[in-house]
Amino acid sequence: MRPEPSFDKPWHALVFALTVHLNERGVFDWPDWADRFGATLKRHGLAKELDGGDDYFNAWLETLEGFLTELGMAGPAELAALKQAWHDAYLATPHGAPVRLS
Amino acid sequence: MPHDSHDHPHSLLPSDPALRVKALETLLTDKGLIDPAALDEIIDTYENKVGPQNGARVVARMWTDPAFRSAMLDDPMPKLIEMGLYGRQGEHMVIVENTEDTHNMVVCTLCSCYPWPLLGIPPGWYKSDAYRARAVREPRKVLAEFGVTLDEGVKVRVWDSTAEVRYLVVPRRPVGTEGMSEDELAGLVTRDSMIGCGLAREPGA
Repeated sequence: MRPEPSFDKPWHALVFALTVHLNERGVFDWPDWADRFGATLKRHGLAKELDGGDDYFNAWLETLEGFLTELGMAGPAELAALKQAWHDAYLATPHGAPVRLS
Repeated sequence: MPHDSHDHPHSLLPSDPALRVKALETLLTDKGLIDPAALDEIIDTYENKVGPQNGARVVARMWTDPAFRSAMLDDPMPKLIEMGLYGRQGEHMVIVENTEDTHNMVVCTLCSCYPWPLLGIPPGWYKSDAYRARAVREPRKVLAEFGVTLDEGVKVRVWDSTAEVRYLVVPRRPVGTEGMSEDELAGLVTRDSMIGCGLAREPGA
């Protein structure tokens, strides 16, 4: 029997690793993180019953973005611009080639 | 959905959240706040190195070594550190043992706190609203859905994890396992049984 993969999607693994790494670098304490994350899950869970996959990691990502914004380490405008840059880079990169920001 | 027959002219565009995570990674890397190699190391650890096999080793040893068992129930941290099973989200473990009259079950109603060094990353159902809400409200019904039916007289105790304290359930040792080695026994200890949502496998099952 093959074990289940730990993460369903690569971005789940990446946002998880980012958070663990920032915690280890002392950017925030884990209980602080858990409180915020729990609050996001609760808020999202009012509208629908969350599954433990995409719904869960969407809440995780939103919490991390909000927390870093609050800490002054990331701003919504910077993040939106970088997201757009990645979006454009994917569209401009031939299939199969590594995607990089120009 | 049928796959387009023509070649993709460009790379497949990742999903919206995947692009947002990439944006975060780029920003934090550019600011020197993260080390990309450390991220790879963290992902590799949780994908390949840490998992329920660690918890199973602990359970099997508790089944076979009475002195170890009592030390673990008293304060597991010294032994866990000795066994190299200490790490993120496992700094303060409490071990709870199923007995003839008590069945233990673990949940995190706040988010998804879980003993990573012993069990790895929690399964999807552990993180779902359904489990998080119902484990406390109707544990017997949830257990029945996992195929676990307990005798009327058995009490169910639900432990709510926190960011500080994590729990590991020691399932009951199956009958007919007297001559088995620790390694063989560890093979009977499932992830679900250590969350309290399953029983240890019967030998030969």
